Amino acid sequence: MTPAVPPGARRRARSLLLTSGLAITLAVVAIPFYWLAVGATHSSEEIFSSPPPLLPGGHLADNLKSLEESAQFSRVLLNSLLISTVYTVCAGAVCTLAGYGFAVYRFRGREALFGLLMLGLVVPAQVTLVPLFQMMADLSWLGTYQAVVLPNLALPFGIFLMRQSMASLPPSLLDSGRMDGCGELRLFLRVALPPMRPSLAALAIFLFLYQWNDFIWPLIVLRDGASFTLPVALASLQGLDETDYGAILAGTSIAALPMAAVFLALQRHFVSGLLAGAVKE
Amino acid sequence: MTAATPAGPAAPAAPRAARPPAAPVRPAAARRRARRRPAPYLFVLPALLLFGAFKLYPIGSSFVLSLHRTEGGTQTFIGAGNYERLLDDPLFWTALKNTAVILAVQVPVMLALATGLAVALNSRLLYGRSVFRLGFFLPMVTGLVAYGIVFSVLLNKDYGLANWLLARVGAGPVPWLTHPLWAQISLGLALTWHYTGYNAVILLARLQSVPAELYDAAAVDGAGGWRTFLHVTLPGLRPVLLLTAVLSTIGTLQLFDEPYVLTGGGPDNATLTIGVYLYQNAFKYFDFGYASAIAYALAVLIGILGLIQFRVLGEKE
Repeated sequence: MTPAVPPGARRRARSLLLTSGLAITLAVVAIPFYWLAVGATHSSEEIFSSPPPLLPGGHLADNLKSLEESAQFSRVLLNSLLISTVYTVCAGAVCTLAGYGFAVYRFRGREALFGLLMLGLVVPAQVTLVPLFQMMADLSWLGTYQAVVLPNLALPFGIFLMRQSMASLPPSLLDSGRMDGCGELRLFLRVALPPMRPSLAALAIFLFLYQWNDFIWPLIVLRDGASFTLPVALASLQGLDETDYGAILAGTSIAALPMAAVFLALQRHFVSGLLAGAVKE
Repeated sequence: MTAATPAGPAAPAAPRAARPPAAPVRPAAARRRARRRPAPYLFVLPALLLFGAFKLYPIGSSFVLSLHRTEGGTQTFIGAGNYERLLDDPLFWTALKNTAVILAVQVPVMLALATGLAVALNSRLLYGRSVFRLGFFLPMVTGLVAYGIVFSVLLNKDYGLANWLLARVGAGPVPWLTHPLWAQISLGLALTWHYTGYNAVILLARLQSVPAELYDAAAVDGAGGWRTFLHVTLPGLRPVLLLTAVLSTIGTLQLFDEPYVLTGGGPDNATLTIGVYLYQNAFKYFDFGYASAIAYALAVLIGILGLIQFRVLGEKE
């Protein structure tokens, strides 16, 4: 809660001052978003002309065509959508099951096993990169989708989030389900999951964003342009000698702006669900 | 290493904020029955299997790898050779120094900004709170590669928007990405842009649970805005500040995507991070043994820093 405030005109003045101050800050924060959308509609020459373009231009279609030619962009977009969707469903199931198991049951080794999983939060991802790469090479999985998706399915943060949320389930609810003769799996599906919808939405958004934006692992295991995800394809375009920045910014818009839109549409669930897990006392 | 583990018997110093409520207490008979059942193990089994195969096993095999020299696809056991090489490797120390600078400068600045932002967002004086909260969170949704690319164009020395705007007020041009110090500043700016709002939203959630009576009491005692902030707001934020500090430290030590896309580690290795150096050794020079040693050095560093942070920030818990 906030401190008491002085009444009347002084309060109004301070209110306006604070609001306009934050509005200016937000405008500065938003510049990269605006500029990204503008840049996507200009050619490379226009982007690097002086003064730089500040309003939308007419080059969007050309940029998209160039993206398609240089990076098989529609294929890349499809890869990203497919990989992120499959990942969200599978990782969502793994994390939710585990979170539920750790939150509502007491069993031998519970704390030790949970602690082991949480080790994944502190051990840097880089530690596992090389052996994982070798494992994928030994399995002849380099360049495949399962190589991208499988290693991160048991995401420690997702499990942590779900355990935190599931812990708020009233024990009486589960007990009354058991009284009615519900098996443990049915209890989970029919009794425990429905009230968890906001947390599940938060988890789904989090997982989708994580996979959609993930860079280093797909960069390592994906081999040829046809299997690339969006971030890998965009980064590879930037490395070329004759970098077509109009095309890159158009592709970057497609990678970033729909995510922002999805987030805006679902943010009520996301922020509240994420916070319920992250900072519950 | 278990110091930052949110729960578990091995981590008595774990922060209260990250500790989940205890499991519901049920009658002893029911509890015994539940313990005999395989159900709980079946629920956590998929996660444990996947974690074992794709995390625990690589963690172990990475350590074995770090004791070998990789040459032309063959491994030779050399004991601590890679770690000795690490200590004499000027590039590793450069990467370490760059990471330390980001830790010492960017993380505190960002957390201070996030705290200020959270207090502002929590103020009853603010109009349109939810719009602001959303707006400041939005950069977090943008992928690292996407915003790296946008910043690299915005900060282009000759044609970027930033220098054009500076020229309007008679300043610049600033060599954002081509001068070592400025490249570090640009990297810090990009990181701050990306993560400040996220941290502010987490801090805000905590602020909203600070009891109003504390503020009322402070007002009765005649404490001004700054004193109230120091003696009521800041102590209330402490556990969550610890959480955000630890998460930011881990994130900074692992930093890879931003420098890789924004500067490629240059110029003159000014933005070479441990993450980028590890990547170069593993996937550019294919020196897997040495890269694994770097990874382990990194893991030890994260463990030590995590412990120190819990000691320093968590002592009053």
